[in-house]
Amino acid sequence: MPEFEHLWSPIKLTLELATLTTILLLCVGTPIAWWLARSRAPWKEAVAAVVALPLVLPPTVLGFYLLLLLGPNGPGGSIGSLFGLRSLAFTFEGLVIGSVIYSMPFVVQPIRNAFEAFGDRPLEVAATLRASDWDAFWSVALPLARPGFLTGAVLGFAHTVGEFGVVLMIGGNIPGETKVLSVAIYDYVETLQWTQAHVLAGGMLVFSFAVILSVMLFEKRLGRVGK
Amino acid sequence: MLRSVPTKLAHAAVYALTILTALAATALPGSAAEVKVAVAANFTEAAKEIGALFEKASGDKVVFSFGATGQLFTQITQAAPFEVFLSADQKTPKKAIAEGLAVADSLYTYATGRVVLFSKSKDLVKGEDTLKAGKFDKISIANPAAAPYGAAAVEVMKKLGVYDALAPKIVQGNNIAQAYQFVDTGTAEVGFVALSQIIRKDDGSRWVVPDDLYAPIAQDAVLLKRGEENAAAKAFLAFLKGPEASAVKEKYGYGTGVVASVAKHKELAPTP
Repeated sequence: MPEFEHLWSPIKLTLELATLTTILLLCVGTPIAWWLARSRAPWKEAVAAVVALPLVLPPTVLGFYLLLLLGPNGPGGSIGSLFGLRSLAFTFEGLVIGSVIYSMPFVVQPIRNAFEAFGDRPLEVAATLRASDWDAFWSVALPLARPGFLTGAVLGFAHTVGEFGVVLMIGGNIPGETKVLSVAIYDYVETLQWTQAHVLAGGMLVFSFAVILSVMLFEKRLGRVGK
Repeated sequence: MLRSVPTKLAHAAVYALTILTALAATALPGSAAEVKVAVAANFTEAAKEIGALFEKASGDKVVFSFGATGQLFTQITQAAPFEVFLSADQKTPKKAIAEGLAVADSLYTYATGRVVLFSKSKDLVKGEDTLKAGKFDKISIANPAAAPYGAAAVEVMKKLGVYDALAPKIVQGNNIAQAYQFVDTGTAEVGFVALSQIIRKDDGSRWVVPDDLYAPIAQDAVLLKRGEENAAAKAFLAFLKGPEASAVKEKYGYGTGVVASVAKHKELAPTP
Protein backbone atom coordinates (compact mmCIF):
# COMPACT_ATOMS: atom_id res chain seq x y z
CA MET A 1 0.00 0.00 0.00
CA PRO A 2 2.08 2.90 -1.25
CA GLU A 3 -0.25 5.55 0.18
CA PHE A 4 0.68 4.39 3.66
CA GLU A 5 4.41 4.41 3.13
CA HIS A 6 4.78 8.06 3.96
CA LEU A 7 2.99 7.45 7.24
CA TRP A 8 6.17 5.92 8.61
CA SER A 9 8.29 9.07 8.28
CA PRO A 10 6.36 11.10 10.89
CA ILE A 11 6.21 8.10 13.22
CA LYS A 12 9.96 7.55 13.05
CA LEU A 13 10.65 11.25 13.48
CA THR A 14 8.36 11.46 16.49
CA LEU A 15 10.00 8.47 18.16
CA GLU A 16 13.44 9.99 17.58
CA LEU A 17 12.34 13.32 18.97
CA ALA A 18 10.69 11.78 22.02
CA THR A 19 13.63 9.48 22.77
CA LEU A 20 16.21 12.23 22.52
CA THR A 21 14.05 14.62 24.53
CA THR A 22 13.54 12.04 27.28
CA ILE A 23 17.26 11.29 27.56
CA LEU A 24 18.10 14.98 27.72
CA LEU A 25 15.35 15.61 30.25
CA LEU A 26 16.60 12.86 32.53
CA CYS A 27 20.07 14.44 32.43
CA VAL A 28 18.84 18.00 32.96
CA GLY A 29 15.82 17.22 35.10
CA THR A 30 17.51 15.03 37.70
CA PRO A 31 19.75 17.73 39.20
CA ILE A 32 16.85 20.19 39.12
CA ALA A 33 14.56 17.69 40.85
CA TRP A 34 17.26 16.90 43.40
CA TRP A 35 17.76 20.55 44.20
CA LEU A 36 14.03 21.16 44.44
CA ALA A 37 13.64 18.20 46.77
CA ARG A 38 16.54 18.98 49.09
CA SER A 39 17.19 22.68 48.98
CA ARG A 40 15.95 24.93 51.77
CA ALA A 41 16.28 28.07 49.73
CA PRO A 42 13.26 30.33 50.28
CA TRP A 43 12.84 30.95 46.55
CA LYS A 44 12.84 27.26 45.74
CA GLU A 45 9.11 27.14 45.03
CA ALA A 46 9.51 30.03 42.62
CA VAL A 47 11.95 27.88 40.65
CA ALA A 48 9.53 24.96 40.89
CA ALA A 49 6.79 27.18 39.53
CA VAL A 50 8.96 28.18 36.57
CA VAL A 51 9.64 24.52 35.82
CA ALA A 52 5.91 23.77 36.06
CA LEU A 53 4.85 26.67 33.83
CA PRO A 54 4.43 24.59 30.64
CA LEU A 55 1.67 22.69 32.46
CA VAL A 56 -0.59 25.71 32.37
CA LEU A 57 0.78 27.89 29.58
CA PRO A 58 -0.97 27.64 26.24
CA PRO A 59 1.41 26.01 23.73
CA THR A 60 1.02 29.12 21.60
CA VAL A 61 2.70 31.20 24.31
CA LEU A 62 5.64 28.81 24.37
CA GLY A 63 5.62 28.64 20.58
CA PHE A 64 5.69 32.41 20.30
CA TYR A 65 8.64 32.84 22.66
CA LEU A 66 10.47 29.91 21.13
CA LEU A 67 10.03 31.43 17.68
CA LEU A 68 11.71 34.60 18.93
CA LEU A 69 14.33 32.63 20.82
CA LEU A 70 15.24 30.26 18.01
CA GLY A 71 14.80 32.63 15.09
CA PRO A 72 17.66 34.37 13.26
CA ASN A 73 17.39 37.47 15.44
CA GLY A 74 17.39 35.57 18.74
CA PRO A 75 20.06 33.58 20.52
CA GLY A 76 19.04 30.54 18.46
CA GLY A 77 20.33 32.32 15.40
CA SER A 78 23.76 32.82 16.93
CA ILE A 79 23.91 29.25 18.23
CA GLY A 80 22.68 27.97 14.88
CA SER A 81 25.37 29.89 13.02
CA LEU A 82 27.97 27.79 14.86
CA PHE A 83 26.62 24.82 12.94
CA GLY A 84 26.15 26.74 9.72
CA LEU A 85 22.41 27.22 10.24
CA ARG A 86 20.69 30.56 9.97
CA SER A 87 18.21 29.83 12.68
CA LEU A 88 17.11 26.96 14.87
CA ALA A 89 13.46 27.40 13.96
CA PHE A 90 12.31 24.83 11.39
CA THR A 91 14.99 22.35 12.47
CA PHE A 92 14.93 19.10 14.35
CA GLU A 93 17.32 20.63 16.88
CA GLY A 94 14.87 23.46 17.45
CA LEU A 95 12.09 20.95 18.14
CA VAL A 96 14.32 19.15 20.65
CA ILE A 97 14.94 22.41 22.52
CA GLY A 98 11.23 23.21 22.47
CA SER A 99 10.27 19.73 23.64
CA VAL A 100 12.74 19.74 26.51
CA ILE A 101 11.16 22.93 27.84
CA TYR A 102 7.62 21.79 27.08
CA SER A 103 7.93 18.38 28.72
CA MET A 104 10.15 19.43 31.61
CA PRO A 105 7.47 19.39 34.36
CA PHE A 106 6.37 15.90 33.41
CA VAL A 107 9.84 14.59 34.16
CA VAL A 108 10.95 16.82 37.01
CA GLN A 109 7.79 16.53 39.10
CA PRO A 110 7.73 12.72 39.52
CA ILE A 111 11.47 12.59 40.19
CA ARG A 112 11.21 15.37 42.75
CA ASN A 113 8.33 13.57 44.46
CA ALA A 114 10.36 10.38 44.56
CA PHE A 115 13.35 12.18 46.07
CA GLU A 116 11.11 13.75 48.68
CA ALA A 117 9.25 10.54 49.46
CA PHE A 118 12.10 8.72 51.16
CA GLY A 119 13.02 11.71 53.34
CA ASP A 120 16.35 12.54 54.93
CA ARG A 121 16.77 9.32 56.83
CA PRO A 122 18.39 7.02 54.22
CA LEU A 123 20.86 9.74 53.31
CA GLU A 124 21.72 10.33 56.97
CA VAL A 125 22.30 6.64 57.44
CA ALA A 126 24.51 6.62 54.38
CA ALA A 127 26.45 9.53 55.85
CA THR A 128 27.05 7.67 59.13
CA LEU A 129 28.44 4.84 57.03
CA ARG A 130 30.91 7.39 55.65
CA ALA A 131 29.43 7.48 52.19
CA SER A 132 30.31 10.69 50.39
CA ASP A 133 27.40 12.83 49.18
CA TRP A 134 28.10 11.74 45.65
CA ASP A 135 28.22 8.08 46.66
CA ALA A 136 25.02 8.40 48.65
CA PHE A 137 23.30 9.97 45.68
CA TRP A 138 24.31 7.17 43.31
CA SER A 139 23.89 4.16 45.57
CA VAL A 140 21.05 5.27 47.84
CA ALA A 141 18.99 8.09 46.38
CA LEU A 142 18.88 6.96 42.75
CA PRO A 143 17.79 3.37 43.42
CA LEU A 144 15.18 4.52 45.93
CA ALA A 145 13.79 7.02 43.44
CA ARG A 146 13.63 4.54 40.61
CA PRO A 147 9.83 4.55 40.29
CA GLY A 148 9.88 8.33 39.99
CA PHE A 149 12.42 8.11 37.20
CA LEU A 150 10.39 5.55 35.37
CA THR A 151 7.17 7.53 35.65
CA GLY A 152 9.00 10.70 34.65
CA ALA A 153 10.61 9.07 31.63
CA VAL A 154 7.37 7.53 30.43
CA LEU A 155 5.36 10.74 30.91
CA GLY A 156 8.08 12.90 29.34
CA PHE A 157 8.26 10.58 26.34
CA ALA A 158 4.49 10.39 25.93
CA HIS A 159 4.01 14.11 26.35
CA THR A 160 6.63 14.84 23.69
CA VAL A 161 4.89 12.43 21.34
CA GLY A 162 1.68 14.36 21.91
CA GLU A 163 3.20 17.79 21.37
CA PHE A 164 1.34 19.83 18.77
CA GLY A 165 0.87 23.55 19.20
CA VAL A 166 4.53 24.35 19.72
CA VAL A 167 5.59 22.28 16.69
CA LEU A 168 2.95 23.92 14.54
CA MET A 169 4.42 27.30 15.37
CA ILE A 170 8.15 26.59 15.14
CA GLY A 171 8.25 23.51 12.91
CA GLY A 172 7.38 24.62 9.41
CA ASN A 173 5.94 21.21 8.55
CA ILE A 174 9.07 19.79 6.88
CA PRO A 175 8.77 16.06 6.10
CA GLY A 176 11.46 14.04 7.86
CA GLU A 177 12.66 17.06 9.83
CA THR A 178 9.80 18.68 11.71
CA LYS A 179 6.63 17.00 10.46
CA VAL A 180 5.88 14.98 13.55
CA LEU A 181 2.97 12.66 14.13
CA SER A 182 0.51 15.14 15.60
CA VAL A 183 1.13 17.65 12.80
CA ALA A 184 0.81 14.90 10.20
CA ILE A 185 -2.56 13.94 11.64
CA TYR A 186 -3.68 17.58 11.62
CA ASP A 187 -2.59 17.85 7.99
CA TYR A 188 -4.47 14.72 6.96
CA VAL A 189 -7.63 15.83 8.72
CA GLU A 190 -7.50 19.33 7.26
CA THR A 191 -7.02 17.99 3.74
CA LEU A 192 -9.75 15.37 4.15
CA GLN A 193 -7.38 12.38 3.86
CA TRP A 194 -9.20 10.68 6.65
CA THR A 195 -8.01 7.13 6.04
CA GLN A 196 -4.46 8.17 6.83
CA ALA A 197 -5.68 10.30 9.71
CA HIS A 198 -7.55 7.29 11.09
CA VAL A 199 -4.48 5.07 10.94
CA LEU A 200 -2.26 7.55 12.78
CA ALA A 201 -4.89 8.77 15.22
CA GLY A 202 -6.00 5.23 16.06
CA GLY A 203 -2.39 4.28 16.63
CA MET A 204 -1.92 7.24 18.95
CA LEU A 205 -5.02 6.27 20.90
CA VAL A 206 -3.77 2.74 21.47
CA PHE A 207 -0.28 4.00 22.29
CA SER A 208 -1.52 6.54 24.82
CA PHE A 209 -3.78 4.02 26.50
CA ALA A 210 -0.90 1.54 26.76
CA VAL A 211 1.35 4.21 28.26
CA ILE A 212 -1.11 5.27 30.93
CA LEU A 213 -2.10 1.72 31.78
CA SER A 214 1.49 0.58 32.13
CA VAL A 215 2.38 3.53 34.34
CA MET A 216 -0.60 2.77 36.59
CA LEU A 217 0.11 -0.95 36.77
CA PHE A 218 3.76 -0.30 37.39
CA GLU A 219 3.09 2.15 40.20
CA LYS A 220 0.66 -0.26 41.80
CA ARG A 221 3.17 -3.10 41.70
CA LEU A 222 5.97 -0.96 43.09
CA GLY A 223 3.68 0.29 45.81
CA ARG A 224 3.04 -3.30 46.91
CA VAL A 225 6.72 -4.21 46.78
CA GLY A 226 7.52 -1.10 48.82
CA LYS A 227 5.24 -2.24 51.63
CA MET B 1 -3.54 19.28 51.97
CA LEU B 2 -2.19 19.09 48.47
CA ARG B 3 -4.90 16.63 47.50
CA SER B 4 -7.63 19.14 48.27
CA VAL B 5 -6.17 21.80 46.02
CA PRO B 6 -7.25 20.13 42.75
CA THR B 7 -10.72 19.54 44.23
CA LYS B 8 -11.03 23.18 45.17
CA LEU B 9 -9.77 24.18 41.77
CA ALA B 10 -12.32 21.91 40.14
CA HIS B 11 -15.13 23.47 42.16
CA ALA B 12 -13.94 26.95 41.30
CA ALA B 13 -13.80 25.96 37.64
CA VAL B 14 -17.36 24.67 37.73
CA TYR B 15 -18.62 27.91 39.29
CA ALA B 16 -16.70 29.99 36.80
CA LEU B 17 -18.06 27.96 33.89
CA THR B 18 -21.62 28.29 35.15
CA ILE B 19 -21.29 32.05 35.43
CA LEU B 20 -19.66 32.35 32.04
CA THR B 21 -22.35 30.24 30.40
CA ALA B 22 -25.06 32.35 31.98
CA LEU B 23 -23.34 35.53 30.80
CA ALA B 24 -22.92 34.16 27.29
CA ALA B 25 -26.55 33.11 27.15
CA THR B 26 -27.77 36.60 28.03
CA ALA B 27 -25.29 38.30 25.71
CA LEU B 28 -25.84 36.25 22.57
CA PRO B 29 -29.29 37.00 21.20
CA GLY B 30 -28.66 40.50 19.94
CA SER B 31 -31.13 42.60 18.05
CA ALA B 32 -28.96 43.22 14.95
CA ALA B 33 -28.46 40.33 12.56
CA GLU B 34 -25.14 38.61 12.50
CA VAL B 35 -23.33 36.77 9.73
CA LYS B 36 -20.50 34.30 10.24
CA VAL B 37 -18.01 34.25 7.40
CA ALA B 38 -15.20 31.78 6.77
CA VAL B 39 -12.40 33.58 4.93
CA ALA B 40 -9.30 32.24 3.21
CA ALA B 41 -6.29 33.69 5.02
CA ASN B 42 -4.95 35.67 2.03
CA PHE B 43 -8.06 37.84 2.09
CA THR B 44 -7.77 38.65 5.81
CA GLU B 45 -6.90 42.34 5.63
CA ALA B 46 -9.30 43.13 2.81
CA ALA B 47 -12.10 41.20 4.52
CA LYS B 48 -11.66 43.16 7.74
CA GLU B 49 -11.96 46.45 5.90
CA ILE B 50 -14.90 45.31 3.83
CA GLY B 51 -16.51 43.91 6.98
CA ALA B 52 -16.20 47.26 8.74
CA LEU B 53 -17.73 49.05 5.75
CA PHE B 54 -20.55 46.53 5.60
CA GLU B 55 -21.30 46.88 9.31
CA LYS B 56 -21.46 50.65 8.94
CA ALA B 57 -23.70 50.45 5.91
CA SER B 58 -26.10 47.75 7.10
CA GLY B 59 -25.99 47.79 10.90
CA ASP B 60 -25.47 44.03 10.81
CA LYS B 61 -22.53 42.35 12.42
CA VAL B 62 -19.91 40.26 10.62
CA VAL B 63 -17.84 37.63 12.40
CA PHE B 64 -14.84 36.37 10.44
CA SER B 65 -12.93 33.12 10.83
CA PHE B 66 -9.64 32.98 8.95
CA GLY B 67 -7.80 29.85 7.86
CA ALA B 68 -6.49 27.89 4.92
CA THR B 69 -9.19 27.09 2.39
CA GLY B 70 -8.80 23.35 2.95
CA GLN B 71 -9.04 23.72 6.72
CA LEU B 72 -12.13 25.86 6.49
CA PHE B 73 -13.75 23.39 4.13
CA THR B 74 -13.05 20.51 6.50
CA GLN B 75 -14.73 22.50 9.24
CA ILE B 76 -17.69 23.24 6.98
CA THR B 77 -18.15 19.52 6.23
CA GLN B 78 -18.31 19.01 9.99
CA ALA B 79 -21.15 21.50 10.45
CA ALA B 80 -19.13 24.55 11.41
CA PRO B 81 -21.54 27.45 11.95
CA PHE B 82 -20.36 29.47 8.93
CA GLU B 83 -22.89 31.08 6.64
CA VAL B 84 -20.68 32.51 3.92
CA PHE B 85 -17.48 31.00 2.54
CA LEU B 86 -14.83 33.14 0.86
CA SER B 87 -12.51 30.55 -0.62
CA ALA B 88 -9.07 31.06 -2.15
CA ASP B 89 -9.93 28.92 -5.15
CA GLN B 90 -12.84 27.81 -7.32
CA LYS B 91 -12.56 24.10 -6.68
CA THR B 92 -13.49 24.08 -3.01
CA PRO B 93 -16.76 26.06 -3.22
CA LYS B 94 -17.80 23.80 -6.09
CA LYS B 95 -17.11 20.83 -3.88
CA ALA B 96 -19.22 22.42 -1.15
CA ILE B 97 -22.11 22.77 -3.61
CA ALA B 98 -21.66 19.20 -4.85
CA GLU B 99 -21.86 17.93 -1.28
CA GLY B 100 -25.02 19.89 -0.62
CA LEU B 101 -23.36 22.28 1.81
CA ALA B 102 -23.71 25.43 -0.26
CA VAL B 103 -26.26 27.20 -2.42
CA ALA B 104 -25.38 26.71 -6.10
CA ASP B 105 -26.74 29.95 -7.56
CA SER B 106 -24.89 32.10 -5.03
CA LEU B 107 -21.47 31.19 -6.44
CA TYR B 108 -19.33 33.96 -7.93
CA THR B 109 -15.71 35.06 -8.21
CA TYR B 110 -15.08 37.86 -5.73
CA ALA B 111 -11.39 38.38 -6.36
CA THR B 112 -8.39 37.21 -8.33
CA GLY B 113 -5.25 36.87 -6.28
CA ARG B 114 -1.60 36.99 -7.24
CA VAL B 115 1.46 35.28 -5.86
CA VAL B 116 4.60 37.22 -4.94
CA LEU B 117 8.08 36.10 -4.02
CA PHE B 118 8.96 38.30 -1.09
CA SER B 119 11.88 38.92 1.22
CA LYS B 120 12.49 41.33 4.09
CA SER B 121 16.04 41.83 2.78
CA LYS B 122 16.36 44.67 0.36
CA ASP B 123 18.13 42.96 -2.53
CA LEU B 124 17.48 39.26 -2.08
CA VAL B 125 14.59 38.94 -4.51
CA LYS B 126 15.49 39.79 -8.10
CA GLY B 127 12.99 37.88 -10.16
CA GLU B 128 13.14 34.23 -11.08
CA ASP B 129 16.96 34.25 -10.90
CA THR B 130 16.64 34.35 -7.12
CA LEU B 131 14.89 31.00 -7.23
CA LYS B 132 17.34 29.55 -9.72
CA ALA B 133 20.38 30.65 -7.71
CA GLY B 134 18.79 29.39 -4.49
CA LYS B 135 21.06 31.47 -2.28
CA PHE B 136 18.92 31.20 0.81
CA ASP B 137 18.43 28.78 3.65
CA LYS B 138 14.68 28.54 3.84
CA ILE B 139 11.82 29.44 1.56
CA SER B 140 8.36 29.55 3.06
CA ILE B 141 5.14 28.66 1.29
CA ALA B 142 1.61 27.93 2.46
CA ASN B 143 0.74 24.26 2.86
CA PRO B 144 0.06 23.31 -0.78
CA ALA B 145 -2.38 20.59 0.20
CA ALA B 146 -4.68 22.98 2.03
CA ALA B 147 -3.95 26.44 0.62
CA PRO B 148 -4.32 27.38 -3.06
CA TYR B 149 -1.55 29.98 -2.69
CA GLY B 150 0.77 27.20 -1.57
CA ALA B 151 -0.25 25.08 -4.54
CA ALA B 152 0.41 28.04 -6.84
CA ALA B 153 3.88 28.47 -5.31
CA VAL B 154 4.70 24.85 -6.05
CA GLU B 155 3.35 25.29 -9.58
CA VAL B 156 5.67 28.25 -10.15
CA MET B 157 8.73 26.42 -8.87
CA LYS B 158 7.94 23.38 -11.00
CA LYS B 159 7.42 25.51 -14.09
CA LEU B 160 10.83 27.10 -13.54
CA GLY B 161 12.39 23.68 -13.01
CA VAL B 162 13.72 24.56 -9.57
CA TYR B 163 11.30 22.62 -7.40
CA ASP B 164 13.48 19.57 -6.81
CA ALA B 165 16.48 21.72 -5.97
CA LEU B 166 14.49 23.91 -3.57
CA ALA B 167 12.39 21.17 -1.96
CA PRO B 168 14.76 20.67 1.02
CA LYS B 169 14.59 24.39 1.76
CA ILE B 170 10.82 24.65 1.81
CA VAL B 171 9.07 25.35 5.08
CA GLN B 172 5.31 25.27 5.13
CA GLY B 173 3.07 27.68 6.90
CA ASN B 174 -0.19 26.30 8.07
CA ASN B 175 -1.87 28.87 5.83
CA ILE B 176 -0.71 31.88 3.83
CA ALA B 177 -0.78 34.06 6.95
CA GLN B 178 1.77 31.86 8.70
CA ALA B 179 3.84 31.60 5.51
CA TYR B 180 4.02 35.39 5.51
CA GLN B 181 4.79 35.50 9.23
CA PHE B 182 7.82 33.27 8.61
CA VAL B 183 9.14 35.71 6.00
CA ASP B 184 8.25 38.85 7.91
CA THR B 185 10.11 37.71 11.02
CA GLY B 186 13.06 36.64 8.88
CA THR B 187 12.90 33.03 10.06
CA ALA B 188 12.71 32.22 6.36
CA GLU B 189 14.63 34.62 4.09
CA VAL B 190 12.20 34.38 1.20
CA GLY B 191 8.71 33.13 0.69
CA PHE B 192 5.77 32.95 -1.66
CA VAL B 193 3.03 35.12 -0.25
CA ALA B 194 -0.10 36.78 -1.52
CA LEU B 195 0.28 40.19 -3.17
CA SER B 196 -2.45 41.44 -0.83
CA GLN B 197 -0.22 40.79 2.17
CA ILE B 198 2.70 42.93 1.04
CA ILE B 199 1.20 45.47 -1.32
CA ARG B 200 0.92 48.07 1.43
CA LYS B 201 4.49 47.56 2.66
CA ASP B 202 7.38 49.35 1.03
CA ASP B 203 10.35 47.58 2.59
CA GLY B 204 12.07 44.38 1.45
CA SER B 205 12.26 43.07 -2.08
CA ARG B 206 9.62 41.39 -4.19
CA TRP B 207 8.85 39.75 -7.49
CA VAL B 208 5.27 39.62 -8.67
CA VAL B 209 5.17 36.25 -10.42
CA PRO B 210 4.06 36.70 -14.05
CA ASP B 211 0.87 35.06 -15.33
CA ASP B 212 2.59 32.57 -17.61
CA LEU B 213 4.08 30.67 -14.65
CA TYR B 214 0.77 29.90 -12.95
CA ALA B 215 -2.91 30.55 -13.30
CA PRO B 216 -3.78 33.66 -11.24
CA ILE B 217 -5.91 32.53 -8.40
CA ALA B 218 -9.61 33.04 -8.99
CA GLN B 219 -11.29 33.08 -5.60
CA ASP B 220 -14.95 32.17 -5.31
CA ALA B 221 -17.49 33.10 -2.70
CA VAL B 222 -20.53 31.02 -1.91
CA LEU B 223 -23.51 31.15 0.41
CA LEU B 224 -23.53 28.14 2.69
CA LYS B 225 -26.69 26.19 3.46
CA ARG B 226 -26.59 27.44 7.03
CA GLY B 227 -26.88 31.01 5.83
CA GLU B 228 -29.70 30.38 3.40
CA GLU B 229 -32.30 31.86 5.73
CA ASN B 230 -30.07 34.67 6.96
CA ALA B 231 -30.76 37.94 5.17
CA ALA B 232 -27.56 39.41 6.57
CA ALA B 233 -25.52 36.65 4.91
CA LYS B 234 -27.06 37.43 1.54
CA ALA B 235 -26.61 41.13 2.11
CA PHE B 236 -22.93 40.60 2.86
CA LEU B 237 -22.42 38.60 -0.34
CA ALA B 238 -24.11 41.36 -2.30
CA PHE B 239 -22.02 44.02 -0.58
CA LEU B 240 -18.87 42.09 -1.46
CA LYS B 241 -19.73 42.60 -5.13
CA GLY B 242 -20.40 46.31 -4.78
CA PRO B 243 -18.22 49.31 -5.59
CA GLU B 244 -17.12 49.98 -2.00
CA ALA B 245 -15.83 46.43 -1.61
CA SER B 246 -14.21 46.53 -5.03
CA ALA B 247 -12.25 49.61 -4.07
CA VAL B 248 -10.86 47.77 -1.04
CA LYS B 249 -10.02 44.72 -3.15
CA GLU B 250 -8.16 46.85 -5.66
CA LYS B 251 -6.27 48.57 -2.89
CA TYR B 252 -4.97 45.16 -1.82
CA GLY B 253 -3.95 44.18 -5.34
CA TYR B 254 -6.78 41.85 -6.20
CA GLY B 255 -8.25 41.66 -9.61
CA THR B 256 -11.89 42.47 -9.02
CA GLY B 257 -14.71 41.12 -10.98
CA VAL B 258 -18.20 39.92 -10.89
CA VAL B 259 -17.61 37.70 -13.89
CA ALA B 260 -16.84 34.13 -13.08
CA SER B 261 -14.43 33.34 -15.88
CA VAL B 262 -10.69 33.25 -15.35
CA ALA B 263 -9.94 34.33 -18.91
CA LYS B 264 -11.89 37.53 -18.36
CA HIS B 265 -9.94 38.15 -15.18
CA LYS B 266 -6.64 37.87 -16.94
CA GLU B 267 -7.65 40.82 -19.09
CA LEU B 268 -8.92 42.77 -16.10
CA ALA B 269 -5.88 42.11 -13.92
CA PRO B 270 -3.45 45.03 -13.89
CA THR B 271 -0.17 44.23 -15.57
CA PRO B 272 2.72 44.48 -13.16
